[in-house]
Amino acid sequence: MLKYAARRIALMVLVLVGISVIVFFLSRVVPSEPASLYVGPLARPEQLEAAKIKLGLDQPLPVQYVRYMGDLVRGDWGVSLRTRRPVNEDILRFLPNSLELIVMSLSLSILVGVPLGALVAKKKDRFLDHFARLGSIAGVSVPSFWLALLFQILFVRTLGLLPVGGRISMSVGILSPIHEITGFMLVDAVITGNLSALQDLLRHSVMPVLTLAAYPIGMFTRMTRSTMLEVLGNDYIRTARSFGVKENRITFVYALKNAIGPTLTVIGLTFAYALLGAFFVEVIFSWPGIGVYAVNGILSMDYPAILGVCLVVAFFYILVNLVIDLLQSALDPRINVK
Amino acid sequence: MGGKTIIRGPISRLFLRWSQRCGPLMDDLSMNIHILKKDKLALAGLVMIIFFVFAAFLAPVLAPYPAQGLGESDLESRLEAPGRDHWFGTDRQGRDLFSRILYGLRISLIAAFGVTFTAILIGVPLGAIAGYYGGLVDEIIMRITDLFLSFPALLLAIIIVSVIGFGLQNAILALVISWWPWYTRLVRGITISLKERAFVEGARSLGISNTRILLKHIVPNCFGPVIIQATVDIGTVILATASLGFIGLGAQPPQPELGLMISEGRDYVLEQWWYATFPGLIIFLLVLSFNLVGDGLRDTFDPRMKR
Repeated sequence: MLKYAARRIALMVLVLVGISVIVFFLSRVVPSEPASLYVGPLARPEQLEAAKIKLGLDQPLPVQYVRYMGDLVRGDWGVSLRTRRPVNEDILRFLPNSLELIVMSLSLSILVGVPLGALVAKKKDRFLDHFARLGSIAGVSVPSFWLALLFQILFVRTLGLLPVGGRISMSVGILSPIHEITGFMLVDAVITGNLSALQDLLRHSVMPVLTLAAYPIGMFTRMTRSTMLEVLGNDYIRTARSFGVKENRITFVYALKNAIGPTLTVIGLTFAYALLGAFFVEVIFSWPGIGVYAVNGILSMDYPAILGVCLVVAFFYILVNLVIDLLQSALDPRINVK
Repeated sequence: MGGKTIIRGPISRLFLRWSQRCGPLMDDLSMNIHILKKDKLALAGLVMIIFFVFAAFLAPVLAPYPAQGLGESDLESRLEAPGRDHWFGTDRQGRDLFSRILYGLRISLIAAFGVTFTAILIGVPLGAIAGYYGGLVDEIIMRITDLFLSFPALLLAIIIVSVIGFGLQNAILALVISWWPWYTRLVRGITISLKERAFVEGARSLGISNTRILLKHIVPNCFGPVIIQATVDIGTVILATASLGFIGLGAQPPQPELGLMISEGRDYVLEQWWYATFPGLIIFLLVLSFNLVGDGLRDTFDPRMKR
């Protein structure tokens, strides 16, 4: 088990290096000169040359890459060409907001999707089953950015219940500012007992969380249903039934525990979706996360920012998949770790 | 499993002979079509796909304002609500949204079929070669594939577009680059299991060349899963194309691309609700129909999911 984990972590570092190579070289083949972006359109040629030397762009590509990686490891991720702040500071500021959004959506999806999947597996081929099937396929088919707009039409235009976007109302931010401890606004609001801020944060979270949860809920319901059907056909379920174990206990304890493995894999895959889906949801709801930062960076060719975001996203993606694999072998000893 | 085929008339007989030639591929397909008939949701999806393909094909005939569909503006009738003249209302340049959406369907469908088909053309041979030959070839192909797969496909496409430049054609190219590895992995897995099967070993012992075994015995047997994957992927690529259009990396104005239309309508969402709603509804239904069919096919194919 430990050996397996060590091997996987080594592999993860290798993959990250590979990704950094790809993204780095891709970003330096950009037709537009990054240095000219840095100095602006009115700069004189000398200024452009100076900026090139300052940014290290006069060196050959492999040298640039080695330098970049060296700086990266030392915690210097370069300076964003757009915000003119260090990329790692930017990312550290925006990432907690995205993670809060993702964790909230995925938790909601697991809480809804897994029990729902177990339930419809019991009602196989009845109305509820067909309805849930259509619903879950609809959930994975809906464009998140469109769903977000529908929610805005419903909750803001028609019902007038929720704010259009943003993370916190300006008035609340001024009247009862959140004392920063962890950088995660929700967590900080809870720790400091700042109830008015907490309420405002939650009101701002409703639409983004629901939007981002549509796809995972569909996935989890589908996956749990199909693995539950498989598990419910097993001999030990029949035995449990013949011993007179209550049907609910069989479904939600005996069967669900064994059906959770494949669902875990899907949760890992879905995390990748959520990281990326957050890009679109954040853009629509002006959620100050890493997605808005990335999209703005891409639209303005801000390559240090793009590179930084890519590495962070890839890191989380690989990390989550690793954790899921390890969890799975811990949950189910039959899975051979090789 | 395929059920008895009743032979009536010359066309059926011709079809039967052809299907025997194509072997397993046709067995799978006819079985799947047979089962699709029982699966009402999947059948509904299939009907919707046919409907959309026809609508896209006939866009110039069906569109009430074909010129506006392609981008001509009519500033007299800006942002009109849905009504008799404009079924889906008009956009900020007075263009009829219904016509725009019909032309948008063309872009979405062509992009999705093109990307998926090209990804299959690249991914399937690579996967079959990697799985069949094994060893160093396998190692090289799969390590490259893994590298691509260790990254969410759409994010890779976003990075590639941001490098090679924004626009519909570049977005399609970027999607192809990020999509083929999925087919390589899928086909490699099937090939490895097929390689051990008697009919392949038999062919090899008869001295049939590797190329011929790959083309005649391995690749045709992979088509079932590949077609299922492709059905779902077409839906996913439609979403991806629209997503790229939405954040401004894909189609550029005045192209009638559905994602781009939603992005334009976003500024008006609280006043002119129809602007973003209708293009999005069409994307949703389009993706839904492909997913319904793909889901139905997968259920029939995966014996563990037999209903």
